[in-house]
Amino acid sequence: MIASPWQRAWLRFKQHKRGYFSLCLFSLLFILSLLAEILSNDQPLVVYYQQQYYFPIVNTYPETTFGGDFDTATDYTDEFIQERLTQGDNWVIYPLNPYSYDSINYTSEHPNPAPPSEQNYLGTDDTGRDVLARLIYGFRISVLFAFALTLIGTMVGILAGAIQGYFGGRTDLLFQRFIEVWSSMPELYLLIIFASLFEPSILLLLVLLSLFGWMSLSDYVRAEFLRARNMDYVMAAKALGVSNYSIILRHLLPNCMTPVITFLPFRISGAILALTSLDFLGLGVPPSTPSLGELLSQGKENIEAWWLSISTFIVLVGTLVLLIFIGEAIREAFDPKK
Amino acid sequence: MKHLIPKNDYEPALLSVKDLRVNFQSSSIHANQSVEVIKGIDFDIYAGEKLALVGESGSGKSVTALSILQLHPPKHVSYPSGRICFQQQNLLQSSPEQLREIRGSQIAMIFQEPMTSLNPVYPIGNQLIEPLIVHQGMDKHQAKSHMIELLARTGIDKPDKRFNSFPHMLSGGQRQRVMIAMALACQPKLLIADEPTTALDVTIQAQIIELLQDLQQEFHMAILLITHDLNLVKHFADSVCVMKQGELVETASVQQLFAQPQHDYSQHLLNSQPQRLLSSEDLSPKAELLQATQIDCRFKLKSGWFQRSVDEIHAVRQVDIHLAKGETLGIVGESGSGKSTLGRCLIRLQTCQGDIMFEQQPLHQLSNKALRPLRRNFQIVFQDPYSSLSPRMTIEQIVGEGLQVHEPQLTKAQRRDKMIATLQEVDLDEEILNRYPHEFSGGQRQRIAIARALILEPKLIVLDEPTSALDVSIQKQVLALLRKLQQKHGMSYLFISHDLKTIHAISHRVMVMQQGQIVEQGETQQLFSQPQHPYTQRLLKAALFSL
Repeated sequence: MIASPWQRAWLRFKQHKRGYFSLCLFSLLFILSLLAEILSNDQPLVVYYQQQYYFPIVNTYPETTFGGDFDTATDYTDEFIQERLTQGDNWVIYPLNPYSYDSINYTSEHPNPAPPSEQNYLGTDDTGRDVLARLIYGFRISVLFAFALTLIGTMVGILAGAIQGYFGGRTDLLFQRFIEVWSSMPELYLLIIFASLFEPSILLLLVLLSLFGWMSLSDYVRAEFLRARNMDYVMAAKALGVSNYSIILRHLLPNCMTPVITFLPFRISGAILALTSLDFLGLGVPPSTPSLGELLSQGKENIEAWWLSISTFIVLVGTLVLLIFIGEAIREAFDPKK
Repeated sequence: MKHLIPKNDYEPALLSVKDLRVNFQSSSIHANQSVEVIKGIDFDIYAGEKLALVGESGSGKSVTALSILQLHPPKHVSYPSGRICFQQQNLLQSSPEQLREIRGSQIAMIFQEPMTSLNPVYPIGNQLIEPLIVHQGMDKHQAKSHMIELLARTGIDKPDKRFNSFPHMLSGGQRQRVMIAMALACQPKLLIADEPTTALDVTIQAQIIELLQDLQQEFHMAILLITHDLNLVKHFADSVCVMKQGELVETASVQQLFAQPQHDYSQHLLNSQPQRLLSSEDLSPKAELLQATQIDCRFKLKSGWFQRSVDEIHAVRQVDIHLAKGETLGIVGESGSGKSTLGRCLIRLQTCQGDIMFEQQPLHQLSNKALRPLRRNFQIVFQDPYSSLSPRMTIEQIVGEGLQVHEPQLTKAQRRDKMIATLQEVDLDEEILNRYPHEFSGGQRQRIAIARALILEPKLIVLDEPTSALDVSIQKQVLALLRKLQQKHGMSYLFISHDLKTIHAISHRVMVMQQGQIVEQGETQQLFSQPQHPYTQRLLKAALFSL
């Protein structure tokens, strides 16, 4: 079989059992978290009521549909509604965890935060929201946010590094000085200032963190370009009359991707950690959003509610460890000495 | 010069290698494969003997040398069978302490690359006295005076001053002398020299070999010379072992081997010395293709905050050059003589001053953009076939790229046909199109690089040391291929090389460059038989040239 360098790297990656297993597990968890609405929701998946099927997870039905008194959306946690849905031939299928990230359990026997019980597998937080549901949704938001941040940072980093490295000389000099100035801006202060100026939102965080996140990568790409642009194959392409744009795209970029790919998992784990830390400090996502950092800070406030801090801790550390194992395997796979 | 070596039964061999097998463990994609690199070799070296181990790359000669001193990383290397006896002591079964005792004091080694064998952060003196302090228990002062004496012996001027220099302050030849002094510090009985001159210029090569010869006589030590250069063997060694793919195919005295090689492979190696490929009728005058006058190129060395120029290197000084259609012009010179820079200036890959007329068209006035469509007429092939092909592109992408730029009207099928035709011309199969460069040997890669240039049907190809990175037998094939293509397509070559033999084999005319200037030029035969300039004479002498 003819294996391209990428295929060979993939084969080597697969050989690294721990990393490969981590990637499989992480992908599985991520896909499951994308289906969070089906796994953990306060809307039933299917309702069979008076010879008719209803899909509350997709459609909203007024309570009158199921014999209630109000024209408002059905509250499926209401005991009266639950009774109507299960009497006679009627049946209802709830998701595995019958809570969404913002559904509050009013029927708990314990004061909030309530410890793990039949009702809430991992207990509730200080406003009575299900911890398991918040963990699932929080994991999803963290990972999606990290993917977006990494994608933007990597794109900008590659572009900046490529321009500096390929053109060199004065371009490189000016760009380097700009990076020095830019990187000396106090990132955390800016975040605090912006958090007080604007309505906190995921998008604002993404923009602010992206403004500073690209610099570390651009240095590596720049170094790779500086090395690769003196290779004979670039000279040969110039001699063939290939344009600068094509040389960057076809000859240099593929040969400079190793640091980019090697850093990807570490950048993702860094981004997850950044979001969590900001949420922990209260500078991150808006209050109702499920987030790991916010759960951690609740755990700190309610130190006796161990289910808050320990479950969040396990999810967070588990995610980071998986990503780091993946990163380790990628580094092995791209090791030029192998 | 050559004294007879006593080979009677009473004197045992100094070093005796018996049935040595070496396996490399590779933990690559195919988990834990073990490759046999040395397949059972036997040879003896007697005290005071000069034995040469000859072979092409991958024949296992360096592996053998490193095995003698047990310098392979033990994790990846195993020795399924064999003995390496040095003075009746089996080195394969010696403890690390015993080996350390022998390394440096009884058996010393010098390496190919003098640039990396010295530690750059210490003055050479510190590194030189180390073996003396370790092995002979001298104090610093004694060791220093002893080493300065030795440095003087290896022909380094002002050895007491050089003693405190850092490696980067010395030239390649000086560094190799320092390495030799270091190796000789404890008066070893055996010196292993692994390609000691390959990285050096020809004139320096000759000096180093002469030095080794003198020192060998003086200290009466045995030398195991590892080399691919048969010319060197002929002038240096007493006996020769020829290696091929981990096997010893022939052991003979030098006279015997060069007069009557027994094994097919030895004959093949001896026949691989490049022969002149041109006949006299090739010399008829033809129309001019390239004419360049007053080519001048300087590199500014910049430093400091605002990149002020502090110094400059005058790489090419006012060179006039002309090249006729279908002609090969050889440019010969040592490293740093500016020959590669000149080649790049002429096809405007390097900015320079001067006028370049290519088919009556002034190239020096065109902008880079205006030049691009013309580039198909002059192509370049580089020395290192490993760095000249992008490792992440298939052969189809590499060879086809020029066509995409210059003949975008071709359909995919037409392009492919053309690529296949070109690959056939350089004796490669069309099946390789989907493969990647790492799957090919150096010679094949160089053919691919030639195909990349050839596919555009250029009128001029600048060949920048195209055969220097290749084994001798492959060198000859590539030269023959280049000549065949020239005859078929009538291209002109600008053949840049430090190797007088390849230049002699393929060039119609030769220019000799020294420090950016052309010191002599003329018809190849004439220049080689009657060199006028003292530098040319020195070059020819140093290259141990025999026509």
